[in-house]
Amino acid sequence: MDVPTSTTLESPAPGLGSRPPSTGAALPPAQPGAVQVDSGPPPAEPPLAEPPPAEPLVDRYHRSTGRTADRIFRLATGACALSVAALILVAVLYLVHGSVPAFRANGLGAILSPVWDPTNQKYGALSFLFGTAYTSLIGMAIALPLGVLTAVALVEILPKALSQAISLAVELLAAIPSVLLGLWGIFVLVPLVRTVEIAIYKSPLGLKKLPIFAGPPLGVGYLSAGVLLAIMALPFILSVTREVILQVPSAQREAAYALGATRWQAIRRFILPYSWKGIFGAGLLGLARVLGETMAVTMVIGNTPQIKASLFASGYTLASVIANEFTEAPSDLAISALISLGLILLLVSILLNGAARIMLLRLSRSHGTPQEVK
Amino acid sequence: MTPRSLIRAGFAALLLAPVAFAQTTSLSGAGGTFIYPLASKWFHEYNLLHPNIQINYQSIGSGGGIRQFSQERTVDFGETDGPMNDQQLNDSKIKPIHHLPLALGGVVPIYNLPVNGLKFSGETLANIYLGKVAMWDDPAIAKDNPGVKLPGDPITVVHRADGSGTTYTWVDYLSKVDGEFKTKVGVGTSVTWPVGLGGKGNEGVAGMVRQTPGSIGYVELIYALQNKIAYAPVKNAAGEYVNASLDSVSKAAATASIPADYRVSITNAPGKGVYPVSTFTWILVSPALPDESKRKALHDFLVWAVTRGQDYSKDLGYAPLPKSLVKLELKDIEKVR
Amino acid sequence: MSGSHRLRKIQGRLMEGVCLLAALLAVIPLFAFMWHLAAKGASSLTLNLFTQLPLPPGEVGGGLKNAIVGSLVVVGLATVAGIPLGVGAAVYMSEFARPKVASSLRFACDVLSGIPSIVMGLLAYQVVVVRMHHFSALSGSVALAFIMLPVVVITTQEMLRLVPHSLREAGHALGIPAWRIASSISLRAAAPGVLTGMILAVSRVAGETAPLLFTSFGNPYLSADPRQPIATLPHTIFTYAISPYDDWHRLAYGGALVLVLGILGSTLLSRFILWWHRRSLNV
Repeated sequence: MDVPTSTTLESPAPGLGSRPPSTGAALPPAQPGAVQVDSGPPPAEPPLAEPPPAEPLVDRYHRSTGRTADRIFRLATGACALSVAALILVAVLYLVHGSVPAFRANGLGAILSPVWDPTNQKYGALSFLFGTAYTSLIGMAIALPLGVLTAVALVEILPKALSQAISLAVELLAAIPSVLLGLWGIFVLVPLVRTVEIAIYKSPLGLKKLPIFAGPPLGVGYLSAGVLLAIMALPFILSVTREVILQVPSAQREAAYALGATRWQAIRRFILPYSWKGIFGAGLLGLARVLGETMAVTMVIGNTPQIKASLFASGYTLASVIANEFTEAPSDLAISALISLGLILLLVSILLNGAARIMLLRLSRSHGTPQEVK
Repeated sequence: MTPRSLIRAGFAALLLAPVAFAQTTSLSGAGGTFIYPLASKWFHEYNLLHPNIQINYQSIGSGGGIRQFSQERTVDFGETDGPMNDQQLNDSKIKPIHHLPLALGGVVPIYNLPVNGLKFSGETLANIYLGKVAMWDDPAIAKDNPGVKLPGDPITVVHRADGSGTTYTWVDYLSKVDGEFKTKVGVGTSVTWPVGLGGKGNEGVAGMVRQTPGSIGYVELIYALQNKIAYAPVKNAAGEYVNASLDSVSKAAATASIPADYRVSITNAPGKGVYPVSTFTWILVSPALPDESKRKALHDFLVWAVTRGQDYSKDLGYAPLPKSLVKLELKDIEKVR
Repeated sequence: MSGSHRLRKIQGRLMEGVCLLAALLAVIPLFAFMWHLAAKGASSLTLNLFTQLPLPPGEVGGGLKNAIVGSLVVVGLATVAGIPLGVGAAVYMSEFARPKVASSLRFACDVLSGIPSIVMGLLAYQVVVVRMHHFSALSGSVALAFIMLPVVVITTQEMLRLVPHSLREAGHALGIPAWRIASSISLRAAAPGVLTGMILAVSRVAGETAPLLFTSFGNPYLSADPRQPIATLPHTIFTYAISPYDDWHRLAYGGALVLVLGILGSTLLSRFILWWHRRSLNV
């Protein structure tokens, strides 16, 4: 009985295409005897004369039925999908094409000059790069610890109902439009920050001598913008970190408690170390979110193209300068320079988003939970 | 009505909607925030008189007005208080462009301090905006204000973040009175500021000064008046400290010789009682505008603006155009039709 | 031994306290924001806000009729374009596309959703405004549709993915054509989630300002013409907020309250839909 069990059973049956090919070898090798009883006469040929069975079922049906309605539907939806692909191509092409005059005129390195002077043909974007980076850094420095600690509280410490309520409250933050947060920023946050800055400025400890607190207490500036960005990043960091911590297998927790750890020790030494990669990914996602933030930042940053280390200083970001100066750029070259700033924003956001997703994907793979291979 | 007929009616309405709007002549313009309070009053009143003419003016800064009208060609007219230079006129994608004065105004220094009644000379203002005078109790400010107890706080300088005709007037004046300012900063709608925060539009600067104790800024007079922000008199060429007013601004225009194309700077004008930081503000129009109904609407509006419209100027803190100038202008407005 | 245990316990309690403090801090921004908006904006929530046009600066009174209608027009147009395209693309990706094609499209959507909205505004400016030589509501809608598209695709695709394959296979077994399976089986099963995604996408773009700065331009008159410039609520709020006029501030707060109530309302509505659907499944 040389029933060729291998050919029919090793390759996963076609209808189970949802299982990723790499983990497809999950079927146990069958006993020759069992095959004989179950399948009776061996199949003369494979049920459908198609290429590798890893393809989704649907494809096969299309080719064999060829109904016009199916074709039309497939074409229509395919056209929609094409529009998405076209959109990203158009976006990248337009930005690259628009930036070329600026790069050609000043050379790639000139964009790193700190002098932005459109009337004199000087398009150095260093102050904007710095402003974007610095405000995002401040935002992440506030949001990341806050988000992680909150996630820990929600998953490990607080009762479920309260935890869900708090989650909702933070997620609703993500729904608030940037311009409205900016409105709140101008009238509530900036005076608050100014009060804090004045206190530091007048402090008998001489804190104002430190470079990080140098400069007059304006209220507007890097610190206010950073706080607003932290508020915007928090919901993303919280929801991803929550998921990451929830995914920690209970075996870890049980092992910790079995060893006599306190709750905090379980968290600190057993759960968090498991989640660092995911937390890092959450941080990257949050960062990607805040880098391109325009409205709220424009309303509280002071719009000064300079590079200062102080939290109190006013600055300028890539997105803000585009918003403020695009409609009135004095020359085509200036427009091109602004478009090149947009290109920088695009590339950085692609990089960060890509890195974040790879990070999170690796995390889920290393945990052994089979994620859909994208 | 059955649902089906309702749907049909809805479709018909949707299709007809653009037609219904087509009876209205809609004009769009972009330009400075300097004129915005007066211009929006004008367009509002004119629309009440002629409901089928809607003029949509967005104040994105004089720089924006020049760019969108002469280069991008996205609006039907521009507006600026910093006149276009020859290079810009040459490079314009629509020609010819006429500058037609609409009003006279003054740019005033505003400040936010517990002390009131401060005065400034041109040199002091230039040095503040150069960053050389950084504290309120600096001797230069004390010299302008003898006997006044000045706080020992740092000065927060506020300027425009966008391309602005108000900026043009301000730096034009400061460059005339201070050589270092002229070389370091120069004249234009957009300059490289040595120090200071950027506000968007006259409104943005006024808003920032209002919110920030210890700050100084420059805005068109009406923005200081409407928002009850303290503003200071400036020392003129004759050595007097003069406040911006209808009278002092008009005097600045009186001595100027107006060229045929109306582009003239009247800052630091000589004479007594003159406010030194005064300026005309111009509308930018072109007879090359393709749509004839739009040209006609613009023409009719402009005739109204330089005659009847001038009655609104005083209440809003702008000085009306001199009558002799209006006579000349009415002839040039005919070119627009 | 008990000494070290006590120390660990105290340390633990302390750190847990820090976590709880963090959770408290995390909740404060939402409430501080809503409180401030309600306090300042409640007085502006009159009928006038919806029925009056704005007055020239410095004059007291007026409303935001043009901005509210304008937002409805711009968001409406964007929705008409963005949702069918997005749902169509997602259906293609989940029902018909080969895995590699689907995953590259998904990657493209992820990238698109991360593009800052101001860059989309630049794109719409170049593609529509410069071509038309006119600022217009249409260009604003195009910019918003660009932003909406990836969001709709991603959420719809995720929801479709959750539909078990057995349902589709049952359809195939019954001889139902593929297009019918996609629409009547997959999409219908995923409907609550897809609807939620649509609501969220629309409410997200309703609050966008940056892409409208140089596309829809603004308009003090009431207008619903897509070819003309138009006022929108977020843009108007921005302009009024940074101005020094108290009356404009008052209007800005009123408009902000309207906007935020709309957005939060639709967010909560979408959650309610999901909860109700889940509940009806468990019955």
